Amino acid sequence: MDATALLLSRIQFGFTISFHIIFPAFTIGLAAWLTVLEAMHMRTGRPVYQALFEFWLKIFGVAFGMGVVSGVVMGFQFGTNWSVLAKMSGPIQGPLLSYETFTAFMLEASFFGVLVFGRKRVPPWFYLFSTAMVSLGTTLSAFWIMVNNSWMQVPVGYVLQNGYFVPDDWTKIIFNSVVWSRFPHMLLAAYLTGTFCVAATGAWYVLRGDNYAESRVMLRMGLFLAALLIPAQLVFGHLVGDYVHDYQPAKFAAIEGRWHDERPASEVLIGLPDPATESNKYEIKVPILGSVIASSSLTSQEVGLADFAPQDRPPVLIPFVTFRIMVGCGLIMLAIAWFGSYLSIKRRLRRNRLMLWAIFLSFPLPFIAILTGWYVAEVGRQPWAIYGLLRTADAVTPFLTAPAALTSLLLFGAVYLFIFSFGTFYIYRLLRTGPTRLVVEPPHGASPNRPMSLADPELIQSAGE
Amino acid sequence: MILFWVALLAISISIYLLLDGFDLGVGMLFALARSEADRDTMLDTVAPVWDGNETWLVVAGVILWGAFPLVYATLLSAFYLPVIIMLLGLILRGVAFEFRHRAAPKFRWIWDVSFVGGSFAASFMQGVTVGALVQGLKFADGVYVGGVLGWLSPFSLLCGIGLCLGYALLGASWLVQKCESGVRDTARRQIPGLALAVLAFLIIVFAHALIENLPIMHRWLDRPYLFVFPAVGAVAAVVLATSILHHNDRWPFAAVAVIFVAAFGTLALSFWPYMIPFAITIDEAAAPHASLAFMFWGEGLFVFPLMVLYVAIGYRVFRGKVGGTAGHH
Ligand code: HDD
Ligand code: HEM
Ligand code: HEM
Repeated sequence: MDATALLLSRIQFGFTISFHIIFPAFTIGLAAWLTVLEAMHMRTGRPVYQALFEFWLKIFGVAFGMGVVSGVVMGFQFGTNWSVLAKMSGPIQGPLLSYETFTAFMLEASFFGVLVFGRKRVPPWFYLFSTAMVSLGTTLSAFWIMVNNSWMQVPVGYVLQNGYFVPDDWTKIIFNSVVWSRFPHMLLAAYLTGTFCVAATGAWYVLRGDNYAESRVMLRMGLFLAALLIPAQLVFGHLVGDYVHDYQPAKFAAIEGRWHDERPASEVLIGLPDPATESNKYEIKVPILGSVIASSSLTSQEVGLADFAPQDRPPVLIPFVTFRIMVGCGLIMLAIAWFGSYLSIKRRLRRNRLMLWAIFLSFPLPFIAILTGWYVAEVGRQPWAIYGLLRTADAVTPFLTAPAALTSLLLFGAVYLFIFSFGTFYIYRLLRTGPTRLVVEPPHGASPNRPMSLADPELIQSAGE
Repeated sequence: MILFWVALLAISISIYLLLDGFDLGVGMLFALARSEADRDTMLDTVAPVWDGNETWLVVAGVILWGAFPLVYATLLSAFYLPVIIMLLGLILRGVAFEFRHRAAPKFRWIWDVSFVGGSFAASFMQGVTVGALVQGLKFADGVYVGGVLGWLSPFSLLCGIGLCLGYALLGASWLVQKCESGVRDTARRQIPGLALAVLAFLIIVFAHALIENLPIMHRWLDRPYLFVFPAVGAVAAVVLATSILHHNDRWPFAAVAVIFVAAFGTLALSFWPYMIPFAITIDEAAAPHASLAFMFWGEGLFVFPLMVLYVAIGYRVFRGKVGGTAGHH
């Protein structure tokens, strides 16, 4: 195996999973939102909930389809590019991923069909049930994949036998504290993505002055929920940081930009880490705060990167920078959600165009936070594929050649770019058209509505111009 | 425990072959549809179920990884390019379901092309993989040494074409079952030609396997009761022929499905107890007991039946013919 096949495989895995996570991040939250809307509609019978449901369902459909096809790729890439990893950790990662498929994917896939095509073929309660099942499926999926990845970050409950990691304690693998701080952190991230996208859409319609009733519901529900979720997210972020501090000191030092042991440690707010000189350029730091954050203490000693042999250190720049971007996004989201909710309660939000613009433009924040968060976790884990046990360089398929890896990477790049451009364009067009023009309310009591036939492109186009 | 997982793997692969087989087949026949209305109808017969169908590929993949990690790692890396191209094909056809309805009419052809091309690429690469397996991959001391192009041979390419024909046959019989008038009649006319081609192809593959690998011949002679599989296949072929002659709409799909399962069974039994023919056996490949048991007590015993149940519910919700008016999303 040549070094470039390794590098190309890493790029390919990073690229394809980054593409994939964009859609789950969106659909996990959206599935829950759809369930709430359908339940509200059944309880109150208010048409606004139904209009919103039909509207978001279409967007969900497009995003879900892209999530599924890009996910199928992920399931096979362990074997194609990381066959040594796949073989050695197969006895642990294989069963975990198979639980994901059995409990989550089948549930999602089967009931997704009912959700999108089955409105008039099933009774209302069963339709609501199907919506809830899709939502449950996406949540279970996130759970198992976090268990899986957490085992790679902090391997527990295994013994090494004849080149295989053999599980000897499944409870440790599934119920360890690392999973139970990371899974909520991921789930909250996905829900936040949903709330911000919904609120941003609402703000957009208010700015344009249409979809009055719908935009009201979207803005309020989105902002209030975000205002509740974001503090919880920051708390779980801190807990996730604790596990990194305890189990992955090299990653923690990279995140903090700390090169040498310090007691008490300072906290680098910004700066530019430079591996050549083992120091940070342009740094701004706060004394003692580093110890407070890492160990809740005023005097603790904190570990620096220089304690680790150069071949055991992660790249510093990427975890350092992406961590700050994630936290920055989190703080901006906190400000927007709280201030927006405050204005909304005071009934002043609709007149505050500056704030509406801020909410509208905030929708990329959760996506950016999720991607950068994963970069912290995954790049910070380097040079290990399974932390402390199997190096990434030893995990790759031994006979994979650079031309083969390059071919696949270019193909993925081309196809993903192609479908991503069209996918986002179609979603944008649906959003631009808006719920009222997309869905014509059926007369009361007329059950079968055919949303899609009303969403014919011709109509969207004429409505959108 | 090992036997249980081999069985479940075989069941999952069979289900995948049948389910994604028909929708990939419909994808290829889509190229031959004559009008926009026909194309819409064809798409409607698979749109609600394709996602679930494709998930059986993931099911088979993860059972393989969890229960037989050695085989998962070996096969996927040995078939690097075919697997990647198959996945890209599945992507291109998968997004077409949603995108086609979203596109402006004058750009719809983009997604028609991606639907047909993706279906074809995925089917072809699956056939190539099976062909290369039958022919045998290069191993030394239990490690694959064939390199990135070890799968490429005239025989494996022939198998690629063969599987495309097979899926198209399955797709045509599905259309006969699910459609009325125009689409159904076209599909019915396509069946005899496809069926003969598939039959010829199966005979070639099987003969090739016998000639190249004498041990297979012995297995069949030692255990004549194994001939039950090809025999069932032959009966199904007769049923297919009569149901086409009598213009029956329901039987062709069932008959083709039985032929597929029989062919798969025949092939699998020929290689028993090898998982990768003549290199890695089932016992060598099996994961440790702790993994198999963990999978067995949860997903094997409880979740699998449940899964089959809701797949069945899904198909029940969308049973019956797709008319010109119904179903469209
Ligand atoms: C936190 C969430 C999350 C993360 C980190 C991942 N996924 Fe994912 N995945 C989902 C959440 C999800 C989901 C929400 O369940 C999806 C997205 C949209 C969808 O349809 O289901 C999905 C779809 C999906 C599918 C298609 C399922 C189907 O056939 O219906 C597969 C095979 C995978 N994923 C596999 C993976 C692998 C191997 C990953 C990591 C390497 C991965 N996913 C990361
Ligand atoms: C004060 C705020 C936050 C802190 C202290 C924090 C802390 C962390 C840390 C230390 C990691 C790395 C974990 C690892 O290496 O495994 C991480 C990962 C991650 N973060 Fe955050 N985070 C914060 C805010 C956010 C926000 C607002 C989001 C999204 C909306 C988010 C999404 C993620 C995701 C998706 C990951 C990767 C998954 C994981 O490793 O658990 N984070 N976070
Ligand atoms: C969905 C969010 C995720 C993102 C954005 C992400 C990102 C990345 C990136 C950027 C890399 C390349 C790291 C490097 O080589 O420097 C990588 C590697 C990898 N990740 Fe993730 N990852 C995610 C989730 C997961 C999950 C859930 C798993 C396992 C279940 C996983 C397993 C791997 C493996 C096996 C590699 C390749 C080997 C390695 O570099 O260690 N990733 N990921």
